[in-house]
Amino acid sequence: MAYPDQIKQTYQKEIQDIRDAGLFKEERFIHAPQAADITVEFPEGSKLQPAINMCSNNYLGLSSHPEVLKAAHEGLDSRGYGMSSVRFICGTQDIHRELEQKVTKFLGTEATILFPSCMDANAGVFEAVLNDKDVMIADRLVHASIIDGMRLCKAQQDTFKHSDMAHLEEKLLLHADKRIRLIITDGVFSMDGDTAKLDEIVRLAEKHGALVFVDDSHGSGYIGKTGRGTHEKCGVTGRIDIITTTFGKALGGASGGCVSGRREIVELCRQKARPYLFSNTMAPVIVTGVLRVLDLLFQSTERRDKLERNTIHWRKGLTEAGFVLKEGDTSIVPVMLFNAKLAQDVSRDLYAEGVYAMGFFFPVVPKGQARIRTQVSAGHETHHLDKALAAFRKVGQKYDILGKSKDEIIQKYGL
Amino acid sequence: MDDMQKIILEYVTREYLEDDSQTINPDTPLISGGIVDSFSMVSLKRFLENKYGISIPDDKATPEAFDTVNKICTLVREFKK
Repeated sequence: MAYPDQIKQTYQKEIQDIRDAGLFKEERFIHAPQAADITVEFPEGSKLQPAINMCSNNYLGLSSHPEVLKAAHEGLDSRGYGMSSVRFICGTQDIHRELEQKVTKFLGTEATILFPSCMDANAGVFEAVLNDKDVMIADRLVHASIIDGMRLCKAQQDTFKHSDMAHLEEKLLLHADKRIRLIITDGVFSMDGDTAKLDEIVRLAEKHGALVFVDDSHGSGYIGKTGRGTHEKCGVTGRIDIITTTFGKALGGASGGCVSGRREIVELCRQKARPYLFSNTMAPVIVTGVLRVLDLLFQSTERRDKLERNTIHWRKGLTEAGFVLKEGDTSIVPVMLFNAKLAQDVSRDLYAEGVYAMGFFFPVVPKGQARIRTQVSAGHETHHLDKALAAFRKVGQKYDILGKSKDEIIQKYGL
Repeated sequence: MDDMQKIILEYVTREYLEDDSQTINPDTPLISGGIVDSFSMVSLKRFLENKYGISIPDDKATPEAFDTVNKICTLVREFKK
């Protein structure tokens, strides 16, 4: 039999174990384009409900922007739906070259190579440029895609405590005998919303002759005065050796990613990175959409400025209401609840109040650090944020957590 | 607690614990308990090799062998012989 009962039962048990552990993920069906106002079907088959979206990565509100849609349509008409090829056989169009050049200019690097996603960029880059004589030294809170990419690489793996520069320097000294030491960090950490200390990391890298890798997927487009990313905020533009990022968040929200940085590193990815060599080229419709996104960002900082104002308003509102927030200045604003069940209950009640915001708990975040991760967008208007704040206050009152400290919440609900 | 247990416990505490509220003892599960991830084991292996003048082959430096301070002490004593 092709699918023996024994194997079927093994899988069924594994799925049941996930349910029993309270970790089963149920998808919510959105009957609308990505935006601040969405219509949601949840649970599956239930009546559609309007909701304010407080958990998308649509930081600049460009996912459904009319100019981006128009550019995507033009790409579809002029370059077709797909290329039916990887890049190096017959999948490279003039617009792919144009996008690589434009991303290079936007990030202030030497060269860029496109990937089907940033997950693929992270899966391919380490193996392409490092070998068993090298070491990768990663911040302990880097994104899962980086960890997967590191696993595919023969270089030795080590870590440093989150944003702890003294610990990082210890590791640079410990591995002084390696051919290449690559420091690896996120630009914006997606669960906590804090930013890497790239100025200090670059200083240490230059002092010890190490290289620096930054995944800026949650920073590209809005962090820094002109939205170029965490390197702009930290004043180290041109001094990061490898930046990976996505076009699936602030930069249009569709899909695709890239490796951008030193010319030789990008060239080695073009020659050796397996996700690049063995997956299809980015679809023309997405390429022309991202080209338009970058044009909009070159023309004006209006959207990232609005996002900054929205974020200040949101943080201030939650703080005044008496919630415990993670410190930070990015548009990822985690509302800390510590207890996993409390995070799930608050998320469910917020949804009933018309606010879509997800609870996160172990293993996505460390045990005892359950939270509602909220994300602000330039697509939000003040009335969206004020309505969402009213819902947060109402639910916070219900659970009697407003004005309570971390210890008081833990005392009341446990860890 | 003997000297080796104390030294390794102190190193693990300094290297891997994120704040002072966490405490561990020689039988606390380090890897299966989520305190040390498999990527971070390399530091511990290097520390043991430098401190005790031994070389631990990669196939012996398993998550199981590194799971508690007591198991690590057993491993170190095996290679010190």
